[in-house]
Amino acid sequence: MGTLHTVNKSPFQNQTLLSCLAHAKDGDAILMIEDGVYGATTGTVVSDALASKSTDVTLYVLGADLAARGIDAGRMAEGVTSVDYEGFVELAVTHDRVQNWL
Amino acid sequence: MSETVKKFLYVNRKAPYGTIYAQEALEVVLIGAAFDQDVSLAFLDDGVFQLTKGQDTKEIGLKNFSATYRALGDYEVTKLYVEKESLEERGLTLDDLQNIEYEDEDDDYAEKPSIRLVTRAEMAEVMADQDVVLSF
Repeated sequence: MGTLHTVNKSPFQNQTLLSCLAHAKDGDAILMIEDGVYGATTGTVVSDALASKSTDVTLYVLGADLAARGIDAGRMAEGVTSVDYEGFVELAVTHDRVQNWL
Repeated sequence: MSETVKKFLYVNRKAPYGTIYAQEALEVVLIGAAFDQDVSLAFLDDGVFQLTKGQDTKEIGLKNFSATYRALGDYEVTKLYVEKESLEERGLTLDDLQNIEYEDEDDDYAEKPSIRLVTRAEMAEVMADQDVVLSF
């Protein structure tokens, strides 16, 4: 079922998250990992872009990378689900393909 | 080869000389071409800069690999999807890109363009139609 997209760069450094959002199809999942997790926080310049897509795609963030960066649940954008490494694997195997946005 | 043919897409989103990604992608495409798979390349975001005409790397001490794109047809890599919006955002048109052609063996070896200009929405379709997506 659809594509699992991973984004591992901060949206404040480059346009990768925005490009991913622009190419993801309805029903796809986007998982933010590594510095990509900064994209999952509230009140940022990419919040609107993320929110406008959140009904069509499922948004995930890797909890370990959030914790490492001291981002607590209260700062996470609405509609973003935190997953652990097992959840990451589960997402990878339940989608037709994985596309990494480098 | 009797194994199932899979659809492979190589996604290029970076400019050619600032990082090694573009050159590495080409290397992998050429290696992959030996495995008789259904190969396509996507050029979007800064990746469209890889295909521009007139690249001259003499003074930066790096190999100019831009001519290699014109050789891809000889390896039966004949589908180069280029995103229209990415060109426009960068002030480019198709005329700024190299002329890349392949000989169609099913059509008396007629020379045909390898570059396929697609919209962002069409690029999303191309991506969703693959078995394997490799990003560079």
